[in-house]
Amino acid sequence: MKIKKNIAVSETGFVFDPSTGESFTLNGVGTEIIEMLRKGINQAEITSDITSRYDVDSASFERYYYDFISTLKLFQLIEDYE
Amino acid sequence: MSREKITVAVSGLNNIDSPGPGIPVIRGILESKVFEPRIIGLAYENLEPGAYMHELVDKTYKVPYPSEGVDPLMERVRYINSIENINVLIPNFDAELYVFMKSAEMLKSMGIHTFLPTLKQFEERHKSNLPEFGKKYDIKVPLSKPITSITDIEKLDKEFDFPYVVKGKFYDAYIAHNKEQAAMYFHKVSAKWGLPVIIQEFVKGTEVNVVALGDGKGNTVGAVPMRKQYITDKGKAWGGITLDDKSMLELTHKIIGSTQWRGGMELELIRTSKNELYLIEINPRLPAWVYLAVGSGQNLPEALVQLALGHEVKPMTEYDIGKMFIRYSYDMITTIDEFQRFSTREEL
Repeated sequence: MKIKKNIAVSETGFVFDPSTGESFTLNGVGTEIIEMLRKGINQAEITSDITSRYDVDSASFERYYYDFISTLKLFQLIEDYE
Repeated sequence: MSREKITVAVSGLNNIDSPGPGIPVIRGILESKVFEPRIIGLAYENLEPGAYMHELVDKTYKVPYPSEGVDPLMERVRYINSIENINVLIPNFDAELYVFMKSAEMLKSMGIHTFLPTLKQFEERHKSNLPEFGKKYDIKVPLSKPITSITDIEKLDKEFDFPYVVKGKFYDAYIAHNKEQAAMYFHKVSAKWGLPVIIQEFVKGTEVNVVALGDGKGNTVGAVPMRKQYITDKGKAWGGITLDDKSMLELTHKIIGSTQWRGGMELELIRTSKNELYLIEINPRLPAWVYLAVGSGQNLPEALVQLALGHEVKPMTEYDIGKMFIRYSYDMITTIDEFQRFSTREEL
């Protein structure tokens, strides 16, 4: 799963899609996850990283993670699936 | 390098809540690196704000409405030209374009250059001709039909499903969800803009726009795509942002290339959820948001003046993506003396 290449994400969590002109605001964890997705880090590694640094178990995190991914899909911020 | 001194006459000084393009066009021309312009405003009403914006407009003259006939308007332009020696005239209202296009040769004989679409281009892109336009140039357009009577609404059932859009000949568009609404909007739009009223299929999606300039030989001199971020109750952009969208630019090149478009234009498009682009309207002039193009690196008003004067203009292909405009209003203070001078002498 890849974030669309031309999406701009600022340090403050402001996401801008230049092809649609849409912009979104992320919280800190959302920004971290987007950055990891951009680097091509897979879901297992993201889960491991986040659960090691935040007070959340993997099952709960995965639930939030998939919810977050569906939101990214809804707003067309993810490249089409192969 | 010294800049060329020119005098440019511009209409559309109604910089109000539903603004005309005059002031943004003037701002672009004033920022020109090749011209040192004197700006002459042409106003139809005493309270057009541009007439009082002396930092942007050097002198403004009242002109008669085109509906009063070609002759009174041209006589007035001839008088203004005898004082001002106008080099280029840029009309910015849809409703006055026809008169200025028809009078282009007469204006030229006075030494006034214009850079307007041809009558053929102007006619074939009319809202009522959109289906034929789409067919001819292989462009997706919504089904559109001109109607001239309230009774025609009864006959639309076979061709149109609700909701559909009820549009004025020049401006205004309302979404009708039933026959009662359609009839109400028919009266509203026809009272303001006359007949025909255009019925257009409602295409669901996001409205996106392109401001562009064609050189009349099929080349796109410049084009900037934009999405309105917020729309006022009058359907005008409150804010907008430039887009990185190759498909919108390709469609613009296709339209300008195949129609050999001459002059400024605004494409109104709908992008559907299937990522298809539908052309819903071509406005045959630069739009009120043209200053966003200037701010993004394409001074289209300056290029239009250059083309009008027969200068060579290199196509502009670059622009800043993610550049925004936010429209605002402020109360300009003027005096009763200025107002009375303009109202009575028709010059300011």
